[in-house]
Amino acid sequence: MSAVVSPIREPLVTGAKTYHQITEDLISPTERTPPASWVIGFILSIITFSFGAFCLLWTVWHGIGTWDLNRTIGWGWDITNFVWWIGIGHAGTLISAILLLFRQKWRTGVNRAAEAMTIFAVMCAAIYPGIHMGRMWMAMFIFPYPNTRGPLWPNFNSPLLWDVFAISTYFTVSVLFWYAGLVPDFATIRDRATGFRKKIYNFLSFGWTGSAKHWQRWESLSLILAGIATPLVLSVHTIVSFDFATSVIPGWHTTIFPPYFVAGAIFSGFAMVLTLMLVTRKLLKLEDYITIEHVESMNKVILATGSIVGVAYLTELFISWYSGYVYEQFAFFNRALGPYWWSYFGMMFCNVLSPQFFWSKKLRRNVLFTFFMSIFINIGMWFERFVIIATTLARDYLPSSWSLYSPTWVEIGIFIGTIGLFFVLYLAFTRVAPVVAVAEIKSILKTGGDQYVGPKNAHKMHHAHDDAHAHDTH
Amino acid sequence: MRTASHKNLDVVYGLYDDEEIMLDAVRQANKEHLDIMDVYSPFPVHGLDPLLGLEESRLHVAGFVFGAMGTLTAFLGMTWIFTKDWPIIFGGKPYWSVPAFIPITFELTVLFAAIGMVVTFYTICGLGPGVTNPYLDDRITDDKFCIAFDKSNVDVSAVESFFASTGASEVNQKTI
Repeated sequence: MSAVVSPIREPLVTGAKTYHQITEDLISPTERTPPASWVIGFILSIITFSFGAFCLLWTVWHGIGTWDLNRTIGWGWDITNFVWWIGIGHAGTLISAILLLFRQKWRTGVNRAAEAMTIFAVMCAAIYPGIHMGRMWMAMFIFPYPNTRGPLWPNFNSPLLWDVFAISTYFTVSVLFWYAGLVPDFATIRDRATGFRKKIYNFLSFGWTGSAKHWQRWESLSLILAGIATPLVLSVHTIVSFDFATSVIPGWHTTIFPPYFVAGAIFSGFAMVLTLMLVTRKLLKLEDYITIEHVESMNKVILATGSIVGVAYLTELFISWYSGYVYEQFAFFNRALGPYWWSYFGMMFCNVLSPQFFWSKKLRRNVLFTFFMSIFINIGMWFERFVIIATTLARDYLPSSWSLYSPTWVEIGIFIGTIGLFFVLYLAFTRVAPVVAVAEIKSILKTGGDQYVGPKNAHKMHHAHDDAHAHDTH
Repeated sequence: MRTASHKNLDVVYGLYDDEEIMLDAVRQANKEHLDIMDVYSPFPVHGLDPLLGLEESRLHVAGFVFGAMGTLTAFLGMTWIFTKDWPIIFGGKPYWSVPAFIPITFELTVLFAAIGMVVTFYTICGLGPGVTNPYLDDRITDDKFCIAFDKSNVDVSAVESFFASTGASEVNQKTI
């Protein structure tokens, strides 16, 4: 640990932690009986998820006619929610992969939970294309496997099939990356546990010993996985945007979609990370590991990506006017002033105007403000997908086929159900695994921690003393 | 906590409270030509690998090979399907429409590289679901840094005096 402690950078681990204290703080939430707030949250999530599952069965039983889709508007809440969840699922791999390549140490405080969130969000997203097919028992037809139908193959030239490959690859790589990080932490839990619990974590920890060679390979694995996951995460939402951009629908057929979708995905993903982490750090008392510095760093990413999204919205508007193409011009006129004007203004307000508050350092560091802002952004990004999908489809080339769309209770129920599923999985995760990566936090303690006071620290004692003193005063 | 495949190994090991003390001890062991069996730590300690004479991991070679397999599988697979097995014209494009094959080729490259590398990692480390490897001390995954010697390779009294002089907080012997 020869890195120099910067007097300018704020500490990423506060509270004068020792290695053992880190283990205690981060592992003990998995060992205690869950608090009442967790139990209530879990029961509520189970109930909402159950209602969603009922609506899913209702759809399968009665068919997709239970939704309000029609011949003009063939994509409604299903694809809106699909893109929304996939977008949310982009922050985890961004934090764990891209920030690892950029050597951003603050990622260690949030990467574990963000990756978990990614995996759960992708699971929620994957439900929608499945049921959207109508006959979801034939969902395996989208995979190219030798079959007795010819063999008949899927269309490899179709962006919808690219999406299948992109999302299944993204899910698999995210799970592998996440689990490789969990193995040493499961070993830590194993070595503190007894009885049956020890058996479970012995299974989960894959026989990890902490040998020097294993750590070396583990770091090599993390780095290369980060290297290949970085273009992967950018490719996934690019390909999702191709679902729209390669069509000939005015308002969809634009080359700006890939970067605009990727920026929007990171924007919404960080908002969801903040929503979850601000609650988690409070309930599990992780303020020493997820500090205001972490919150501010994430708010800076939100400000940057939110501004990119804002510029993209304005560029779209300008280009539609400048193109001189009446259908394109009408598509944007219709978005802003047509029957769904409220969703367009909701999107503009939540995604373009509200993040601009984060130019203020005071607001970036205000936890309550950040929490409300993260909810706003989640809503705004949902509106964005609704605007792109339903609003655009509602008014196409032929006025005789114009239509309107509003969701039925079944569609709303499925959406609520996926939110329930997401929280069921996330809450379960906080019980079985440490929500902050224990080994990684330990590895940055001396360079990123505020006041490491362990042995052999004489050369840093002076600095530590100042910080410890500052800590006492508030 | 012993697997049947593992031969009995008599180990003498010392626990250190801090990785910097442990690193100094490893340097000292190298000076005294003591043959370290392994070092165990709760997190990756940087600067340790060259001291132990560990070569750089070649996991990236596995990543490249598996990735190349993914590239070839995807590209040749789609080529065969759309030119030989079942040629169909989609949207007036040629059968062999290379640009449209790029996204899937990329995704399968990443998928094969990731799965192949992760499987290689667990295999060469002897890790896997349900595997129980012998380990020396429960606190190694918490806050202790452990230097272990194979008793058949070293003089135990020399090792014990080495531990005492380099500040080990605890010295134990164990058969794993």
